[in-house]
Amino acid sequence: MKLQTPQTAEQRRKLWHFHGGVHLPEEKYLSNGKPTLDAPLPRQLVIPLQQHIGAPARAAVTVGDRVLKGQVIAEPQGYISATVHASSSGVVSAIEARSVPHPSGLTAPCIVIDTDGEDAWAELPEPIADFEQADANTLRERIRGSGIVGMGGASFPSNVKLNPGADQPIDTLVINGAECEPYITCDDLLMRERAADIVDGIRIMLHVLGAGRCLVGIEDNKPEAILAMQQAVALRQLGGRIEVVAIPTLYPSGGEKQLINILTGKEVPSHGIPAQVGLVCQNVGTASAVADAVLRGRPLIERYVTVTGRAVASPQNYRVRIGTPASELIDASGGLRAELAKLVVGGPMMGIKLDSDAVPITKAANCILALTPQESPDPGKPLPCIRCGRCADVCPVNLLPQQMYWHARAKDIDKVQDYNVFDCIECGCCAHVCPSHIPLVQYYRYAKTESWAREREKRAAEHARERHAAREARLERLERERKAKMRQKQAAIAPKGATAAADGDAKKAAIEAARKRAAEKRAARAVEPAPASAAVKPRVESESVSEEQG
Amino acid sequence: MAATFVSSPHSARVNRVDWVMLQVCLALVPGTLALVWFFGWGVLINMVLATVFAVVAEALVLRLRGRPVLLAIGDYSAVVTALLFALTVPPTLPWWLTLLGILFAIVIVKQLYGGIGYNPFNPAMAGYVFLLISYPVQMTSWLPPHVPALVQAHDLTLLSFLDSARLIFTGELPAGLSWDAVTAATPLDEMRTMLDQGNSIDIIRQSPLWGSFGGRGWEWVGNWFLLGGLYLLWRRVITWHIPLSFLAGLLVMAGAFWLIEPQTHPFPAFHLFSGGAILGAFFIATDPVTACTTKRGQLIYGGAIGALVFVIRTWGGYPDAVAFSVLLMNIAAPVIDHYTQPRVFGQGRRV
Repeated sequence: MKLQTPQTAEQRRKLWHFHGGVHLPEEKYLSNGKPTLDAPLPRQLVIPLQQHIGAPARAAVTVGDRVLKGQVIAEPQGYISATVHASSSGVVSAIEARSVPHPSGLTAPCIVIDTDGEDAWAELPEPIADFEQADANTLRERIRGSGIVGMGGASFPSNVKLNPGADQPIDTLVINGAECEPYITCDDLLMRERAADIVDGIRIMLHVLGAGRCLVGIEDNKPEAILAMQQAVALRQLGGRIEVVAIPTLYPSGGEKQLINILTGKEVPSHGIPAQVGLVCQNVGTASAVADAVLRGRPLIERYVTVTGRAVASPQNYRVRIGTPASELIDASGGLRAELAKLVVGGPMMGIKLDSDAVPITKAANCILALTPQESPDPGKPLPCIRCGRCADVCPVNLLPQQMYWHARAKDIDKVQDYNVFDCIECGCCAHVCPSHIPLVQYYRYAKTESWAREREKRAAEHARERHAAREARLERLERERKAKMRQKQAAIAPKGATAAADGDAKKAAIEAARKRAAEKRAARAVEPAPASAAVKPRVESESVSEEQG
Repeated sequence: MAATFVSSPHSARVNRVDWVMLQVCLALVPGTLALVWFFGWGVLINMVLATVFAVVAEALVLRLRGRPVLLAIGDYSAVVTALLFALTVPPTLPWWLTLLGILFAIVIVKQLYGGIGYNPFNPAMAGYVFLLISYPVQMTSWLPPHVPALVQAHDLTLLSFLDSARLIFTGELPAGLSWDAVTAATPLDEMRTMLDQGNSIDIIRQSPLWGSFGGRGWEWVGNWFLLGGLYLLWRRVITWHIPLSFLAGLLVMAGAFWLIEPQTHPFPAFHLFSGGAILGAFFIATDPVTACTTKRGQLIYGGAIGALVFVIRTWGGYPDAVAFSVLLMNIAAPVIDHYTQPRVFGQGRRV
């Protein structure tokens, strides 16, 4: 099936390509043929306090509170954090740790809402229809207040990304509609169904950034989405500013740095951010959420989610309330019809394996993938590396995965870092092509976490060393002072031999007084041992404070 | 190992070690057939012997090392080593020399270093060189190729299967034949001896031993191995970097000296289609375990092997040079890798 997309001179713009990449079976046809449905309202919503990079939000409701749809239930803590809203009306039944989509299967604090079925809206902030007259800060504040984070997977707070600072002027906004992971089609459907909203979101973000142009990158296996986006741009007569570009289908073209490279030829510096080369990259889902927030006052409380894989009966895209358990979506898709090998949130290349289908949909969850053993066979026991170098051939960052693997295996973390493990985007291409079936990405994750842990340890050790040195110095100083005093005293005593007897009486009196005090103290300690020990503590603390100051 | 099943990617893996090794075996078929055609059944007998020795030796060492035997045997790497070894030794090599060579290759060069993936030297070539140094007479006693011109000139008879087997297992020649009648120098040996005696290329090439590129018969063996090599390229088992740079290194050196002194240096195609140049370029130098792994490194590695082949053939002590060159560059591979790391995306000047 070939769909004609209108071609203009601009669309045949020069594209660049990154090193490596792999062609994967797309598997998108499973779920891209049917229009998106509204997922049913679940009986219970589980909304994690942390669905973003940064500090977790702080709950603003308590158990028993009635909440309305769109109401703020958790406030951001700090600049890099995000607001969380109720995605339907009901009663807060618990604020507790629940399992969330996390690689280690951890639990995290969530607000649990028992829905009342009314889906009643809270009072929403006023729409800012005339956004072009609005101040950029006002718009960023609205975006922050609406809880918008990057919806492509990284979930970085969008208002922060849209505020690169005056020293980093942005000339181009890159919109990521590549959706390069197999199976996932939610961005495809979103572009087909809500192209006008995405274009509005782009206009708002261009205004906030003061950027001149926008490039929308979409892989050429989504002709309907490309067409819809081009039509939406043409309808608003924004052809000069917003350009929809079809890019070749090659995994991982949808990686932020890879997409920027394809569209502009620029390389985002290692360890750097796109703003350093005058670019900001946002996902199509983020763009439509921005339009909702600014033009309708609606916070980010739902997203497009693909439920797919050959283990589900009827793969389908849904508009899903944030906090809906994955199990509800699988049920809505007719349940599991085949043997389930793996349940994954995200795509097959970078997704997180779920231990339970009770985990909620978060702002970054784009896909629930139920894979059969045929789709995701056990790769078996890894064989020794034969150094064939296929991993290096496909690495989009041009790393040497094999060398990193050898050093990670030897636990030589410094060496792994020398081979630039922190430039690894964990796309999984290397492990995908490895003939020895070595779980390479796992080794790099290990090396990264190990390196972070060592960094922390090093800082702690450094801190302890400084404190120890300070303490030594202080003790030495006290000793010096004590000795100096002694010398002074001795110097004072020595020549006055005559007055010794008179002094003797005074001394005896002093000793007697001291004995009395000690006896009283002992008595007090015997009666009330607790306050006595408590009385010791502050001294220790004040000592440690002085150590740090010393 | 449950952990391997947890981490992404969750996709089905697209490559397998055993598949890679079997592709190499398959790619050896045309060249093997050509060798059998020109040099008789001894080639096949050696291949079978070497394979059996290699697999048994590998299994025994794995058991001694307490490693899973079937898993390692099942990767067919020992088979590839055995086949490459058998294709490079003379077709009449006594069985016990094949055994010695294979034991050296598998036990000492491969397994004592830790097995597949850990050996710094190409096992087949190390086994070959071990024999060449220890048993130079047996290792250079090649049969003359069975081509019409030579059959007529030397009244040759191709050894039957049974005669070949008897020769290999007992060392007995068929009645009425002497070793001198059966064996002949390889073209590389011949060229070298004749040049040492002060003959010019024009005179040397008048001998019926010579075909259009190299030695009669031999040149075609090279062509058929080339076909197998192209198959490996097509199946992406190997990349072009090492074979091309190998052949380029050889041709550039041979071409330069031929242009300077055409009467004392054979024309470049002779080098290409004699001895193990093609087999070496596509099948031996490309052994991933012992070669360079960076792309730039592979170009240097291949080019240096090609140049060394010419140097050793022209000025070295042995006419056959591929094995020595490969082993020499095996030593250099880690250093070359270290200095040819690619520029990582986002690093360096280009922004």
